[in-house]
Parts: sequence; structure tokens; C-alpha cells
Amino acid sequence: MAELLDEEENKLKTEDEQLPSETSVGEMESTSEQDDEKKYNIYPDFKKIVVNPNLVLSIEQSGRTVESIKASERVSKIVFTTLTYIFLIVLAILVIFPFYWMIITSFKQRTEIIASTQTFFPSIVMWSNYVYVFQVFNFGTYMLNTIVVAIFNTAGTLITTVIAAFAFSRLRFRGREAVFMIFLITMMIPGEMMVISNYITVASFGWIGEDQTLIEAYAAMIVPFWISVYYIYLLRNTFKQIPEELYLAAKVDGKSDWNYLWRVMIPLAAPTLITVTILSFMGSWNAYVWPNLVTNSADYQLISNGLRSSAFVDIDGGQTEYGYQMAATVCVTVPLFLLFIFFRKYIMRGVGRSGIKG
Amino acid sequence: MNRFKDWWNKHFNKKKYQEEHSEDQEVVELTDEQKALDEAGVYYDESSATVVRLVSRKRNAKEYHVGGVQDVAAKNNWRAWIYLAPVIILVVIFLIYPLINTIVISFLENYNYATGHSDGFTFKNFGIILGLTTTDNGATEMYFVQYAIPNTFFIVFVTVPIATILALLIAVALNSIKWFQKTLQTIFFLPYVTNTIAVGMVFAVIFADNGIINYIFQSNITWIYGANRWVAMVPLCTYIIWSSLPFKILIFLSGLQGIDKQYYQAAQIDSASKTKVFLRITTPLLGPQIMYILVTSFMGAFKEYSSVVALFNGPGTLGSAGSPNMETIVYYIYDNLSTQTSYAAAAAVFLFVIILIFTIIEFWVSGKRIYY
Repeated sequence: MAELLDEEENKLKTEDEQLPSETSVGEMESTSEQDDEKKYNIYPDFKKIVVNPNLVLSIEQSGRTVESIKASERVSKIVFTTLTYIFLIVLAILVIFPFYWMIITSFKQRTEIIASTQTFFPSIVMWSNYVYVFQVFNFGTYMLNTIVVAIFNTAGTLITTVIAAFAFSRLRFRGREAVFMIFLITMMIPGEMMVISNYITVASFGWIGEDQTLIEAYAAMIVPFWISVYYIYLLRNTFKQIPEELYLAAKVDGKSDWNYLWRVMIPLAAPTLITVTILSFMGSWNAYVWPNLVTNSADYQLISNGLRSSAFVDIDGGQTEYGYQMAATVCVTVPLFLLFIFFRKYIMRGVGRSGIKG
Repeated sequence: MNRFKDWWNKHFNKKKYQEEHSEDQEVVELTDEQKALDEAGVYYDESSATVVRLVSRKRNAKEYHVGGVQDVAAKNNWRAWIYLAPVIILVVIFLIYPLINTIVISFLENYNYATGHSDGFTFKNFGIILGLTTTDNGATEMYFVQYAIPNTFFIVFVTVPIATILALLIAVALNSIKWFQKTLQTIFFLPYVTNTIAVGMVFAVIFADNGIINYIFQSNITWIYGANRWVAMVPLCTYIIWSSLPFKILIFLSGLQGIDKQYYQAAQIDSASKTKVFLRITTPLLGPQIMYILVTSFMGAFKEYSSVVALFNGPGTLGSAGSPNMETIVYYIYDNLSTQTSYAAAAAVFLFVIILIFTIIEFWVSGKRIYY
């Protein structure tokens, strides 16, 4: 410990000159009386610090040289870095493995999948799995439903989010904080509390029932999700970072609030808006529970529902056809991956930002 | 627009601003009088040397803190409500009314959502779902107590600690490396951008009777279809941990990047060990992030539903046939939503109260232990 202390001191002196000198004792002693006076004035308690006389600041006694300490330190650093990489790579493989297995299985023959010896690469690449899936699995319908719902959902969410975030961040009115507080509180309440009554509400609108039409099904899946308190909160924080003087400048120029919102706020908050768009889109893509509840025909359902309901059961054995199932799964996962590849920055920033507030 | 550009440059693009204003650079020192005006909420326009007072129609006796701005905004009172109207209508219809309505329904006997008819006020719903009272037919509702509550609590207390600790270790490791940091970070984030149902089905394949897990470990365990309830918890919890990692890692990473490097330099001077640095510096300074993750993951784990559907295609290990032995609280809610709405509402209120208690405990504990 003591040796290291000495060594660190040398390091500090050479590498980090700008570090405040009170961290290194040796330097203190060599400075002139006048400088000392100055420093003691800045740090009046400094004089009280006494280096423990028993502390041995010597490398010699340990029988090691600076070089040997440096070498051992380097070795331990290399070992530690290697271990870190091994840890990360093993976990990364575990994280990625399901994706790999999904793709591999989707190309496998049925007999190969259920064989007692598992293979890590298909012996015969079965493109026919995909052909079969596209014939049997109603991919087009589910895709169309999902995209329609996602687009209208996202558009509605964006409009309400922008307007609400603008009002909460810029406009001053009585009760602003109270209303915003109520909004935030709803975020803490489990959505299941709302789902029950929302189901009843949507039913009372006549959107659920035996004679449900496609439009009604869409409405039932879209309208309740036009509001997202979380996105409002996210965008409000972004809007708040835009300096208030800009608003003043726009006002002096005679711009209306609406103009200001569109000309200044939205361009400046574009990254957050892109994030909201992508996350909202992904939400529709992943929606399972609600569409399952409010639709009564497979023709109106979304991609997740279709995936789970069509189990690809083999008529003879009652066994699930894993090859077909995985081919369908790949088809559902790939669009999300493409989205992720193109908008990685926005997705990760949007998700990561939620933690900054602490 | 020009003035805005000028302003923008002045504050965010100093170089350009100085270039543009190099010849007419005269620093106008504000006199004390002007400063006082500035503080009093008067907008002082330097260029034209006139004082512009932006006042509301109704003078307010309230003291303003920021010059000018509030004065302009004050007359937006009614306009703000117009902006907010659609949002508030949606919030009331789809967030606030349902909340109150669900609580009301949980106290109504035999509520029928289609007709809106009920047999009046009762506490029985809670008694029934908790197995304390019998239903009107004399039967006992067992599933909630027998399966839903234990399963949910098991999932919460297994997945949340494991996933949080694992995510913390991964985040710290990621933060300490130099090469491939971005690549590894992206890989660890991948589970976030997947379809819950789709990947759940992949896990079902991995854990299948002839699946890769049984092959690697040379075991013959039934994990999914027809499995024992507690055995089936292994793939379920594995899947939940797998899918909850990326969000946690990302939050921890952003927290780690915000920690001042000086703490680590100080630790290096004291030649503190890596474990000590992790336990005494990193973890306490990540307090807010850990807190946030714990609150959100407890909430999420209590609401587990899709993963059960994805893995088992039904509430139990025998799919929709057989007993619902993998049911969670939320699964129970959705299962009974259209048939026994009162029970579902009671279960939802039960869940809400539990989550509320947990959140309060977490905040109480964090108030004692977290140093911001």
C-alpha cells in the first residue's frame, strides 16, 4: 500500500500537473513560503493535516523495485481486462444464442429438429419452411393490420404528445403543475387497472362485438393508445431544455404560439420526436394483449397474435412444427432488427434517457 | 428569423458569432439601473436602446423570477387549456375514469359489463379471489391463491435481483473496456428490440424435450409442455431475465458515464481494490439509477403476462388444457376480464395495492441509503 502511494505520487506529478497540489505532499514542501501562505488561506484546514509518522513511504523495505511493481501491475491489469472480456463475450453469446437458434431451426428439417443429436448448423437448408409459412400463415393480413394500427397509433400519439408537452413546458397557466402531477401519477399505476374499464368503454362505443367490422376493430386498437404520459414527460423535458429566451424572441417578432411550436420547438426537438415515433411503432409491433382482447376475428388481429395462435400443429402427431414456427418467428423479428439497425442511436438514446432523471 | 439565428450563434456557436460581430464588437456594460430593470422583468433591447415592457392585461401582484417571459405567457391562460383539451379528454376517458371505474367494479357483486348491471355493493369479490369466501354456487375460486399469487411473487423475487445484479456487472464491465465497447453494447441491447411472443417461442424450442438445453446437459427434463410447475419456472425466469437485461444495462451505463472520474483517481491513490471500488464508489454513486431500475423492474415483474403466453401458449404447462399452473396475477385478470369482470377488477386492485406497497417500501429504503 505504502509503496503504491509513493508511486502514484510520482505518476501524479508527471502526468497530471494541473491536479490541485494539495493532493501531493511532496510538492507542498518544496513550494515557497509565500505560496504556502496563499494556499493555507484558501484551505484554512490544511495545516491540520499531519502525515502519520509511522507511515512507511519506502519501496526498498518491500524488496521490490519500481520496475517490478510496474510490471506486476501491468500483468494484473492484463489479466483483469482479459477476464472482463471473457465475461462479456460469454454473456454476449448467451444473449445472442436464441436469435442464432431461431434462424438455424427455421432452416432445419423436421426430423433434424427432433433428433436426439442436435446440430448447430442445418444439414439441409430448408427454404421450403419459409415457402410453407408464407402460404399457410396469413402474413400479409397481419402485416397490413399491424402497419395500419402502428401508423395511426404513432400519428395520434405524436400529435397529443407534442401539444401536451408544449403546453406543459412553455405556456403558463393556473393549475399547470397540478395537472402534470396527475398525469405523472397515472404513470405509476399498473395498466391492468385501466384495461378492464377500457375494455368496457370500448365495448360501450360499440367497437367490440359479434358484428365487429374492420374499422371498428382498428378503432378499438388505436384510439385508447393515442395518449402516452411517458412520451409527454420525455418530450416536455426536451422542450424545457430549449432556452426560454427563444420563446421571448419569437414573441417579440410577433409569432404566434402555434408558429413558434412548429418553427422552433419541433425542429429542435426532432431527435426526441424520432425516438418517440420509433418506440411507439415498436409498441404496436409488440402489442399482444389488447388486440387479443378486442378483436374477435383472426382477420383483424396483429402480428403477435397471429404468431401465437397459429401453432403449426402437425395433424398426425399433434406435435408442434418447430421449423415452420421458427420461420414465422424470423419473419416477425427481422423487420424490428432492420428498424434497430437504422435507428440504433435514437432507440438507445430514447430508452437510456429515461434513467437520467434518477 | 435573423435575430433568432444571431441569438443562437451567440449562445451555442460562439466562434461564428464572434466572426460575424468582429467589427462591431462593443461590449455594452449594463448599468446598475439597467440590471435592476432586467431583474424587475423588463426586457431591455440593446440594439434600439429602448425599454420594452411586456405586460399582461391583468397586472398580477405576484413576483416574477425570470424577466419578461412570464408576462408574455400570462395571457395564454385560456389558450393553454385549448391546447390541452384533446389530451385531457383522452386522459380522462382512457386513464382516469378507468382507474376509478375499476375500483368501483371491484366492489360490485356480479357486475356484467355488457348490461352494466350489478347486484350492489359488496366486499365479497376480494374474499372470493383470495379463497376466503365461496362463490354463489358454493364453489371456491382456487386459482388466484393457488397459482397466480405464488407464481407472481416467485417470478418477482427470482428475476428482479438476478437481472439487476447481472445488468450492473455487465454495465460496469462494458464501461471499463476499450475495444469493441460499442459492438458489445449493441449486442446486449438486442433483446430489447424483439417481439416478446416471437422470442418466447424460440425459448420454448430451446427448452423443448429434444431441445438444445437437454442435449448440452445430457439431461432428460421436461421443461415446457407437461412440465412440473416449478421446473417450468426455469425457462420462464430465464426468458424474463434475458428480456429484461438490455433496459437495465442501458440505464446503468448512462449512469456510469456520469460518474466523476476523480472518485476513481482518488481510489487509485489509496490503492483500493477493484471490489472495494465497485462496492464503495460505483454502487453508491449509481444509487439513483439502481433505485429507478428497482422500481420499474418490480412493477414490470409483477405484471408478467406475455412471456407466459409465449412459452406455454396458455395459462398452464399443458397449454389451455389442464390446470392454469403457470398463471400470474395479470394472466388471471385477462382470463376473467369478460366473464367474471368483478373478480378481474378485484385482482387488479389487489395488484395495484401490492405494487404501491412495494414502491413505497423502495422509496423508504432509498431515502435512508441513497446519497444523491
